[in-house]
Amino acid sequence: MLYLQILANGLVLGGLYACIASGFSLVWGVLNVINILHGSFIVLGGYLAYFAYVNAGIHPFLSILIAIPAFFAIGYALQRLMINRIIAAPVLLTLTLTFGLDLMLSNGMILAFTADFRKLVLEPPLGTLAFGAVVLPIDRLAAMLLALALTGMLYLILSRSRIGRAIVAVRMDREAAALMGVDVKRIYAATFGLGAMMAGASGPLLVMIFPISPLGGPAYLGKAFVICVLGGLGSVPGAMIGGLVLGVVESFGSLWFGPEHAITLSFSLLILMLLFRPHGLLGRKGYE
Amino acid sequence: MKRDATGAAVLFALVALLPLAGDAYWMRLGTIVLMYGVLAMSWNFIGGMAGYPSFAVAAFFGLGAYTGAVAQKFGLPMGVAWAGAGLMAMIFAALLGLALLRLRGHYFAIASLVVAEVLRELVNAATDLTGGGMGLNLPIPAMASIDAQARFFFYAMFGLAALTFAATLVTTYSKLGFGLRCIQQNEAAADMLGVDTTFYKVSGFVLSGVFVGMAGAVYASWVHYIEPPDVFDVLFSVKAIVMVLLGGVGSVFGPLIGAALFLGLEELVWRNYLEVHTGVLGLMIVVLVLFLPKGLLSLSRRFGRWRPLA
Amino acid sequence: MSALLELEGVTRRFGGLRAVSNVTLAVPVGEVVGLIGPNGAGKTTLVNVITGVHPASEGTVRFAGADITRLKPYQAARRGIARTFQIVQPFSGLTVLENVAAAAMFAGGAAYGDAANHEAMQHLRFVGLGEVANKSAASLTLAMRKRLEFAKGLAMRPKLLLLDEVNAGLNLNEVEAALELIRAIAARGVTVLIIEHLMKVVLSLCSRIVVLHHGELIAAGTPQAIIEDPRVIEAYLGRRYSKAQAGSNG
Repeated sequence: MLYLQILANGLVLGGLYACIASGFSLVWGVLNVINILHGSFIVLGGYLAYFAYVNAGIHPFLSILIAIPAFFAIGYALQRLMINRIIAAPVLLTLTLTFGLDLMLSNGMILAFTADFRKLVLEPPLGTLAFGAVVLPIDRLAAMLLALALTGMLYLILSRSRIGRAIVAVRMDREAAALMGVDVKRIYAATFGLGAMMAGASGPLLVMIFPISPLGGPAYLGKAFVICVLGGLGSVPGAMIGGLVLGVVESFGSLWFGPEHAITLSFSLLILMLLFRPHGLLGRKGYE
Repeated sequence: MKRDATGAAVLFALVALLPLAGDAYWMRLGTIVLMYGVLAMSWNFIGGMAGYPSFAVAAFFGLGAYTGAVAQKFGLPMGVAWAGAGLMAMIFAALLGLALLRLRGHYFAIASLVVAEVLRELVNAATDLTGGGMGLNLPIPAMASIDAQARFFFYAMFGLAALTFAATLVTTYSKLGFGLRCIQQNEAAADMLGVDTTFYKVSGFVLSGVFVGMAGAVYASWVHYIEPPDVFDVLFSVKAIVMVLLGGVGSVFGPLIGAALFLGLEELVWRNYLEVHTGVLGLMIVVLVLFLPKGLLSLSRRFGRWRPLA
Repeated sequence: MSALLELEGVTRRFGGLRAVSNVTLAVPVGEVVGLIGPNGAGKTTLVNVITGVHPASEGTVRFAGADITRLKPYQAARRGIARTFQIVQPFSGLTVLENVAAAAMFAGGAAYGDAANHEAMQHLRFVGLGEVANKSAASLTLAMRKRLEFAKGLAMRPKLLLLDEVNAGLNLNEVEAALELIRAIAARGVTVLIIEHLMKVVLSLCSRIVVLHHGELIAAGTPQAIIEDPRVIEAYLGRRYSKAQAGSNG
């Protein structure tokens, strides 16, 4: 059953994609900022995990735990120091600013890591697992489960913790939240920090599966865009759905049109969605 | 308007003299500045006057480049190829505009950005026609000398820049320009006042595409060889935007001034720091966006809804 | 007397909610008609339907005999329907003159440039804003912004002027001035439909009143008839007011 295998591949991929996109979606939904750096954060996280493994034998799953606080801090600082200055400015400016920052980051990565592609290959390899007619590589499966765990963690933060509820409040109504005593500046910074954290933490997962390069940020960013438009902004369940849909679409798209057209396919999907259903498949902007 | 026109005439007259005074390096730089001037002025129609954050410049540029190149491949003379590229860009912009200009803010920005990516992939795939990833060679025009060729393309870009400037001037001091400004201030109110917003926006979008398309075609002829990632480069869009931000959004001379300033800065930097070229470019962009009072202030007045809260 | 504006069975739904429900009314030429009703009654929605901001879900809107139900806002504007907004938002980046010139140009059909500017100045003087023509619209006080709205409305050369809560936020003196302005506009032959909360304004200005409640038209008639209409009293005015009014009018 080829289709079942393709579907399974797509779902596994989708879980990873959901993780990538959830942080991006959150920042866009709450701060109304499209963080072009998001893709490069993912790549950076991947590189750090790669070098940690190759040079110090640190397992990528462990690198995730390191990445989480590190990237949260980076994101928090970046927002507080720079992005917050123009947080109320038109879309054009915030987009251009993060674009400029991204240029700086990717150039820095080229200098630091060279432009070669790197892929983290686990020693010893984890092998594959068979579910009936469907065969899945264990590293992908593990990555997907961890990705889901991370996404779930974000969801819990947003729905259970104080800061999470404050973020959702700011998302719904910034002024009202401020009137309730929420320090909006701090919330913006924390949200951005969470977004960066999700990106940086998914890096180690992705580098196990796909080769990365310093210029690979835009590819992930593109996927995050599509997922946000599919699933709606600022919502973790939305990112989940969007991610799964994109994963499956790409999987079948690769089969029918060839893998080199995967990007075109997802962008075409993006444009179609924007034209006909800009609020996403769920039809409304989620709040959690 | 007369004042602007006179000032521009003087400026352009001076620039036209450049080939007489300078060597190949200055002419090349001048050609590039004029080209980006076209890009910046073009973006200004939709981004500055109408207030729609378009990233479609790269799409129009690449489309124009390939239309011109393919036309020349089939034996059409350069001038015809360039005009054809302009026409193609116009039609594409009209159709794209009708589809995309219903979107606002981020959604519009992303959609316009993504269009270039999709076009690039399509061009990549159409190997028979465009050479795909292997690029496309253009016939080299028969000219007296390298110098003559350099001068030819300088004046070609010059003519295009003058044309784009004329269009900017005429639009700014016309009902169209006024309507675009109203749309940028408050689209719903403009609608209620009798402005056919769809028609005006699409017109602005078409203006933002036609000259860029021709610039792409001239560029392709100039460099003789193009590849999809070269001409569908998102940096064309970003640089055009930054140049206008630098020079003053929505103004008549702003885009040109911004282009000259930006490229001057870039040229100084690029020569010294090749390895960190994109990084420094990024830094320049960041500094401009964060600290540029004139560009930012004029934006905030025009966009009208700046409410810094946090 | 022929009707300039006719609504027949107009309904506007938002999802499951009927903001306007089966409204049928006629506004005769040259009259000042008041549109009243409690908050949320659907008055602004009705104006939005007339001007094309929200197309009617059911029913037809006829203006000067022509069916305008499916027209877009700019088309309605060009046909001579002008409206003001409850929350006044001029083009703040433009000058006062430019604001009015825009109206003259795009709806009124004046030519770009001197012609439109000239006409704009005339309207500005009419509403008493001639002095501030070249100031930024953002620098005006609320009362002046309301007058700017009037000027813009007039510059559109309207046959029908829809006024939406023009008196919100104005003090007594300013309200009086606004009343005078509206009377002067009506005297010029412009048909006016005014949404208004202040009963004093409605009763002194309007020859006919239409009452909306929960999206439905519950009464229409002369001010006197409306005040005594039990349905209106129940929905809106309250017994005490109507009795006091009936007493003072004898």
